[in-house]
Amino acid sequence: MPALRDTIRQWPVTLLLALTVLGALASLAFMTVGAKGPWSFVLPFRGTKLAAMVLVAYAIAVSTILFQTVTANRILTPSIMGLDTLYVLIQTSLVFVIGSSGSVALPPSVLFLAQVAAMIGFSGILYVCLFSGRAQSLHLVVLVGLVLGVLFRSLSSLMQRIMAPNEFVVLQDRLFANFNTVDTNVLAVAALAVLAVSIFGWRMIRTFDVLLLGRDTAIALGVDYKAIVSQILIIVAVLVSVSTALVGPTTFFGLLVASLAYRISGSERHALLLPVAALIATLLLVGGQLVLERIFAFDTALSIIIEFAGGIAFILLILRSASR
Amino acid sequence: MIVARNLTKAYGEARVVRDVSLDIPRGGITSIIGPNGAGKSTLLGLLSRLLPATSGSVRVDELDVASAPSDVLARRLSILRQDNHVTARLTVRDLVAFGRFPHSRGRLTEEDRRRIGEAIQYLGLDELADRFLDEMSGGQRQRAFVAMVLCQDTDYVLMDEPLNNLDMRHAAGMMKLIRRIVDDLGKTFVLVLHDINFASIYSDHIVAMRDGAVVKQGPPSEILQSQVLREIFEIDIPVHEIDGRRIGLFYV
Repeated sequence: MPALRDTIRQWPVTLLLALTVLGALASLAFMTVGAKGPWSFVLPFRGTKLAAMVLVAYAIAVSTILFQTVTANRILTPSIMGLDTLYVLIQTSLVFVIGSSGSVALPPSVLFLAQVAAMIGFSGILYVCLFSGRAQSLHLVVLVGLVLGVLFRSLSSLMQRIMAPNEFVVLQDRLFANFNTVDTNVLAVAALAVLAVSIFGWRMIRTFDVLLLGRDTAIALGVDYKAIVSQILIIVAVLVSVSTALVGPTTFFGLLVASLAYRISGSERHALLLPVAALIATLLLVGGQLVLERIFAFDTALSIIIEFAGGIAFILLILRSASR
Repeated sequence: MIVARNLTKAYGEARVVRDVSLDIPRGGITSIIGPNGAGKSTLLGLLSRLLPATSGSVRVDELDVASAPSDVLARRLSILRQDNHVTARLTVRDLVAFGRFPHSRGRLTEEDRRRIGEAIQYLGLDELADRFLDEMSGGQRQRAFVAMVLCQDTDYVLMDEPLNNLDMRHAAGMMKLIRRIVDDLGKTFVLVLHDINFASIYSDHIVAMRDGAVVKQGPPSEILQSQVLREIFEIDIPVHEIDGRRIGLFYV
């Protein structure tokens, strides 16, 4: 395949450009299509939503790819660590303890910060207890996260069952990813957190590639394995916490984006993979929201559209790897 | 010189390597032989910091393996383990390029590219350089990993069964290549070998292990003796001298 080889060399630049243009077009369409009110209202209103989507898309894409790199597994997502279920538990407890009216009255930025802190604290404790010990087993960390996730889910569903139906409807609405109710202050804090971990992670981007060779080879090549893996897990925890606290759990979206990114980019270099994944995620979220608002007239939730598509992609992925 | 002192590795009660003290001289090929479960691979893991020792110490020249920064060690010592499984889809060239990571931190220079090309050529992988690892045979993949380790260009190279999966031609070719690198560049190779005859013909020094301990060491002429081999492997192996080389007939 000599011809294919040559095109591969220019592929990264073309691909990034194409995705950026598509993303920009989708954003433009999202900002302008069907605007009925004055621009001074429409632009800031939609702009906030767009910013939230871009931020969440970036956070989910980057966290999923990094998580798959450290676990050397292409069908895991960080949601297996139980962070989503912790979010559900926090929301359910809030509504359960202080009621829907009380929890609506809480200042959003305080609630956001408290949630992010709780989730990062949870993952921090998990990593410190399990990963820095003698066992140093990443699989143990993931497994314990999985089990705790089940515990959180059971607790939440117990409370949801004995809750008044009206309260439950309010809660359920919050548990679907939703970009229509994002607070501007919260968004700014979230953006800062994401920016901080991105700068922190960017220095190590070439080291991430070495992790693809597995623990032993990475150490043999001079990577401080334990330190790098801990740092990646912290970055993942911050990104997942921010995106979940901002819009709610998004189960399949990360998997969908990551598998598309591997397939489309045809590369294993994180310097290309991460931007490609972030752009695909943005394109899908903004495009999905556009379809949701203009075609379904807000009749459904974005996460339903995305998880439908993501679920199908997941099944295809499994069938494909089984047939290989 | 690699100096191991009182090395012990225990998993619970089972002591896989017991109180091994060993000096591996600089320059030349040292082969480690012994039956399955003798602790050869574990010893290699301990020497190369991939496994933490339960007790004891390892020094590579002036560097203490337990405390020296990993990236400094990676420019001094490289290791190839037995089973190398990679989840990522990489081509041979991508993989070999990782060998330069300790030197260039992932930003390849012209010098790096030249060395990558050389390593690929040495191992006869030119034709396969752009093939994906998961589309190659076990032996071809093994050669790709060896090329990566050679590309790392360290004074000390540790290899756990480098002849794994290789056919006769490539096995002999690999040993000749290692011999040439050692003779031309003055490097030190430590190999875990299963075939005592490869150890006999190509090494300068043989270390024999059994039950986690070093039972015998010395030049090939001393180790390739029927009664010594009996002590190591617990079978009778007649040894013949053919063209000035000592060959053990373990097939019969």
